[in-house]
Amino acid sequence: MTQTRDRILFVLAAVCAVLLCVDFYKIFLILPDEANQGAIYRIVYVHVPSIFTGFTGFFVALAASGAYLVTGKLKYDAFAAAVTEVSLAFATIVLATGMIWGRIIWGIWWAWDARLTTMLVCWLIYAGYLMLRRAIDEPTQRAKLSAVVSIFGCVDILIVWKSIEWWRTQHPAPVLSVRDGGGMGPGMEAPIYWNWLAFMCLAAILVMVRTRQEQRSREIDSLRRMAHSY
Amino acid sequence: MSSFLRASYTIAAKDLRSEMRTKEAFNASFAFSLVILVLFSFAFDPSSEELRTISGGLLWLVFSFAGALVLNRSFARELQNDCLDALISSPAPTSAIFFGKTLANFLLLMIVEIAALAVFAVLYDTHFSKQFWPVVLVMLLGTWGMTVIGTMFSALTVNLRMREMMLPTLVYPLLIPALMAAMTLTSDLMSGTPLGKDNLIWLRVLAGFDFIYTVLAVVFIDIVLVG
Repeated sequence: MTQTRDRILFVLAAVCAVLLCVDFYKIFLILPDEANQGAIYRIVYVHVPSIFTGFTGFFVALAASGAYLVTGKLKYDAFAAAVTEVSLAFATIVLATGMIWGRIIWGIWWAWDARLTTMLVCWLIYAGYLMLRRAIDEPTQRAKLSAVVSIFGCVDILIVWKSIEWWRTQHPAPVLSVRDGGGMGPGMEAPIYWNWLAFMCLAAILVMVRTRQEQRSREIDSLRRMAHSY
Repeated sequence: MSSFLRASYTIAAKDLRSEMRTKEAFNASFAFSLVILVLFSFAFDPSSEELRTISGGLLWLVFSFAGALVLNRSFARELQNDCLDALISSPAPTSAIFFGKTLANFLLLMIVEIAALAVFAVLYDTHFSKQFWPVVLVMLLGTWGMTVIGTMFSALTVNLRMREMMLPTLVYPLLIPALMAAMTLTSDLMSGTPLGKDNLIWLRVLAGFDFIYTVLAVVFIDIVLVG
């Protein structure tokens, strides 16, 4: 079992490495600078795939949390925790790359644009989820409560997403018209999807490793508890 | 259904009775909102016209801070003498316990909010007598959303280390859509814009938020309290 899992890990890692190398070669050395933005537009190739990966992860975490509540199997909880953690890392990349791009194109680090705000709220909710996990020692209680928080959080993000869009479209900011992605040439868009695939592979690797760690640490905890009770 | 409501009523009456006798939560949260209201006057010019456009935001900040004080204690006070275990093992369904506690918190928070609103109106010279009922409606809806989420997470965090820290960290981000809607609506109403085509969408966001989370909380409370 462990051996097959290790093999899958190595294969995924190899695929991911090849994809990333080819892609970044294309992005940095073949593609020309964008007419209006210059070289900085390349950040989009990290930014957009990260957001796709992050959001895919949050929905997978929602499904895993639901699966835990239905079946009561702790492996789903470990999986949900791992996925959320990795997705939060990608969400952080999204925020960081977005801010760097914003500083150069808009001249400010943070614009309170609808998408930025939504992403930040999303980040805060899942950071809270991870903090909650750290505050509970008992594994079943931790699994139960964090699954509920994950479901509440995911529903909230859907509401936030819609409502912040209404909130901002009522007061349209000039920054919205220079949103990236609109006028990309056909050759320029493909690396985004390839990078998404590569990032998904990377996320899968990290999730597999984290899930295993999560399960191991729970086993060690329960062994320690057993030792103490004797 | 009637037994559910009766159980909820009993729990709510119990909570309100013990609050009436001690006045712990009310005193703490009202005093706290007074302090925040005074502090606001240092953050910006209290006599400026601009105040009207941000008054909704200020008010809801006061409400949500005061609310955290009330809600934090809602389930935590049952920990003494194992009252929480007694409640859970009573014949009342957990959803009724939750609903009763939510009702009690809602009433208590509304009283604190009305008192704070009166002080706010006096200190910051706001006129909203023409929009009085819409303001009350927004307060009712916003407070219900706040109480449902707050009571749910009060139950969720009741057995945690660092309970006082975890509750606000989890609750405030989740409350953002409700607070945003309530803030926008209250600011509009305070600056004289009536409820209408432009801001009706926010009333819908608020009502939708309340509905979705009331349902979710009633569905999940059993998992949180019993497992």
